[in-house]
Amino acid sequence: MRTDPHMPPDFLLRFFRWFCHPRLRDHIEGDLLEVYGLNVKASGRKMADIRFAIDVMLLLRPAIVRDLQFDYRQNTYGMYKSYLKVGWRNLLRSKGYSLINITGLAIGMSVAILNGLSIWHEFSYNKSFENYGRIAHVAERGLNREEGGQWMGTTMTFPLATELMSTYRQHFKRISRTSWDGDYILSSGETNASARGLYVDNEFPEMFSFKMVSGNRSGLADPKSMLISASVAKTLFGNTDPVGEIVLLNNKVELKISGVFQDFPDNSKFNALQFVAPWEVFLSSNPWIEQRATNDWRNHFLKIYVELEDGQSIESIQQIIQPALKFAPEDQEKAAAMQTHLYLYPMRDWHFHPESSRNARYNPILMIKLVAMIGLFVLILACINFMNLSTARSEKRAKEVGIRKTIGSVRAQLVQQFFSESILVVLFAFMLALVLTNAFLPVFNEIATKQVRMPWTNGYFWSASLVFVLITGLLAGSYPAIYLSSFNPINTLKGQFRTGRNATTPRKVLVVFQFCISVILIIATMIVYQQIQHAKDRPVGYDREGLIMVQKKSGEFYGKYDVLRNQLKNTGVVSEVSESMGPVTEVVSGNNGWDWRGRNPNVDESFATLSVSHLHGKTAGWQFIMGRDFDITQANDSSGLVINESAMKFMGLKDPIGEPVTWTWWRDKRKMEYKIIGVVRDMVMDSPYAPVEPTIFYLKGFNGNPNWINIRINPEVAASDALPKIERVFRQVIPGAPFEYKFVDEEYGMKFGKEERIGNLALIFAVLAVIISALGLFGLASFTAERRTKEIGIRKVLGASVANVWGMLSKDFVMLVVISCVLSAPVSWYLLSKWLENFSYRTEISIWTFVAAAAGAVVLTLLTVSYQAVRAALANPVRSLRSE
Amino acid sequence: MKKYQLGEFEEIVLLTIAVLHKEAYGVGIKTEIETRLGRNVSMGAMHTALVRLEEKGYIRSFDGEPTKERMGRPKKYFQITALGKKAMEYSKETRDSLWNAIPKVALKVKIISA
Repeated sequence: MRTDPHMPPDFLLRFFRWFCHPRLRDHIEGDLLEVYGLNVKASGRKMADIRFAIDVMLLLRPAIVRDLQFDYRQNTYGMYKSYLKVGWRNLLRSKGYSLINITGLAIGMSVAILNGLSIWHEFSYNKSFENYGRIAHVAERGLNREEGGQWMGTTMTFPLATELMSTYRQHFKRISRTSWDGDYILSSGETNASARGLYVDNEFPEMFSFKMVSGNRSGLADPKSMLISASVAKTLFGNTDPVGEIVLLNNKVELKISGVFQDFPDNSKFNALQFVAPWEVFLSSNPWIEQRATNDWRNHFLKIYVELEDGQSIESIQQIIQPALKFAPEDQEKAAAMQTHLYLYPMRDWHFHPESSRNARYNPILMIKLVAMIGLFVLILACINFMNLSTARSEKRAKEVGIRKTIGSVRAQLVQQFFSESILVVLFAFMLALVLTNAFLPVFNEIATKQVRMPWTNGYFWSASLVFVLITGLLAGSYPAIYLSSFNPINTLKGQFRTGRNATTPRKVLVVFQFCISVILIIATMIVYQQIQHAKDRPVGYDREGLIMVQKKSGEFYGKYDVLRNQLKNTGVVSEVSESMGPVTEVVSGNNGWDWRGRNPNVDESFATLSVSHLHGKTAGWQFIMGRDFDITQANDSSGLVINESAMKFMGLKDPIGEPVTWTWWRDKRKMEYKIIGVVRDMVMDSPYAPVEPTIFYLKGFNGNPNWINIRINPEVAASDALPKIERVFRQVIPGAPFEYKFVDEEYGMKFGKEERIGNLALIFAVLAVIISALGLFGLASFTAERRTKEIGIRKVLGASVANVWGMLSKDFVMLVVISCVLSAPVSWYLLSKWLENFSYRTEISIWTFVAAAAGAVVLTLLTVSYQAVRAALANPVRSLRSE
Repeated sequence: MKKYQLGEFEEIVLLTIAVLHKEAYGVGIKTEIETRLGRNVSMGAMHTALVRLEEKGYIRSFDGEPTKERMGRPKKYFQITALGKKAMEYSKETRDSLWNAIPKVALKVKIISA
């Protein structure tokens, strides 16, 4: 209660001190204590305590109670409030500049946000799998034959899987074999659907954390069951729950649906997977596996996925399982030379280090770097606008800076002030950028073929945005803050402040930099499009128009070819039909073991091979240089070969017709005799950017059956009229399969998809960069025109014409743009020739591209600047000169 | 009245400060009013009046020395400003003029009735 006997009760005193205004506290307390002392003497402690309590209560009045703010801590909150207020007023005072600034920054920021989101999307690949860190693909790795690099294959043999699943089983938490991806036909009653599926072991759904809509992950335990994806379930069964329904797989096997899983997201390895069926079904529908493959260490046809126990390192398990890999006796020497070994290919590498390094153009990391760089550069362009406009208008702020310094602002405070202004502007721009990003996300997704979404509810996104705003604010505000705060107060207040020649130099450098980037982007876009067009214009060697391909997806197709062909020809809309082992638009098989007269005995080159039926040449539209097509009336054409021009050149044959060629099968050393009967013009089957591979066509394959049907539509009939008739024939002859076809020209067109995507994105970024730069130039031009109003007035009075004034105002800017064109030409030439080196069939970089880009930039500059220049030149000089 | 706002109690406090002349601090003013006018003055009422007077600019304050009776708390002395003096004079004048305006009869009646 009482710490000191001469003092009143503590709590009363403390209460008083709490409510009393700090300015009055000490002396009123003194009064209270003095009175208390008197009271103790006069009427005793108890009475004095009561009086004291009454006095304290009666002091509880508005004049004496402190303000509601809890305390007056010393802070600079008020200062920042004032900075923001001044900044806001400045924005309002010059609405035009603010608009240019904020729009430019918003465009730059939304490009940066979009690029950031798409990079984040890249990094989220496969992260939706719960066991992301523990899953690996069993692969073989070895040295490359030629380059000394690493070679890797993930297609494995049956006995390896058996070994891993028995002897080494205890090292894995889960393990599953899968078949290769394939398209299958699922039917339920009358409804057919084509679906992409895998045969898997029953641990697979658990390993890849299937999200079940109904049923459960252990559904594959029954070998007569299957799991289907929600999308297929919807096609086949509508909205009813399909669990327990029977589905016919490829018109052969009946399987019961034991569960439905959610389709995998777009950024995951299994995004196209639509069903999984038990491994047993794979074995029973492919009897050759159990007959021939179970002990064959040469036949690679399946994939093996493993999941490790928590805390196990992939490297150590990889060491343990090495002995599981064995080789057929005839391969042992080669395997030792190539140091072939088992490799656990971890899930985190699947996206960024794809297994097929054959196609060097597909490099996600490079793509990410490119996207990040473009985002950064466009943002920098927007920041440069801000810097230029702020410093250009510095004269207007010079007095303010002078006064602030005179009153006592130190430089650091002014720097803070200008930073808070730039952050204010950036904040507005960011809000606008969010709106823009959200609006253009669908377009962006369309072009980039991604499914990026705005992570509105993601906390990381918002904290990243905060950092982003701060960094952009600092980046954009740094130069103006340092420049503006450096003014000498005496000069500015005297009115002697003049920006000299040197003051505009940094601004000019920044404009040149801005236009360099814009011009580089323009040139890049032009060259990417030129390259695409160049490849599109490449002679393909066959006729793509009106050619359709049908893949034989189920066994029902086989043995019906002749019926189909006759009926199709009877419709009158089909001019020719053929079969081939592989689509016309791809090279799917290659063989070595060829021998001919004059071959270099040290090189065993692989030729692309395609086995075709009679009349394929007519269907595809082969263009013969020499010799003839396979002829159905000539029996010994079954040992005839048609080769392409490249093959002819490669073989070094001057007159190839009638040349004998032999082929030896590596497996049983069987030798086959052929004779060349024709040479066709090179056909672009693989990448349109790569040289055409030496190709051999023959009538009968060594393995398997032709699995594609090619149909040439009668050129006099429109495709839209022909297709229903063709479909009717297919439905009649092969009722168990949906009629699915591909247009060859469309398939061919898809080969350009990736490059067209790059081109379209480059175009968009180039346009945005140009818009931003032009906005900045517009702002600078209007500023110059405004500042030189009087000069223009005097010049006009003295007799300058409108054209003179226009030329004078435009000249400076055009000079800057010309300089940037000159600077950017070698840079873009270097970068793009590097890019073009990826393609062996490539366009030449023409000087006219640079001239066109430069001319475009100059014209754009003139248009941007002229508006202001002409307006200034037309103004009445009386008005500008009178306004002193 | 409008020119110089001065409440009744405020006027008493102001006058007392004038009476005490340089010795006017919280408790001093309080005891002076209590002894002279024979009425109880609460600390709250008095300090409110002091705050108001200071806000109006009639008095100004300066810090004094801490003493033992006050457990080391400082005293705050009050002094009348020029404006305060004018306010006092104005108040007195208005009263005087009112006094002078009272007809003799009225006072006589009052005296008799009292």
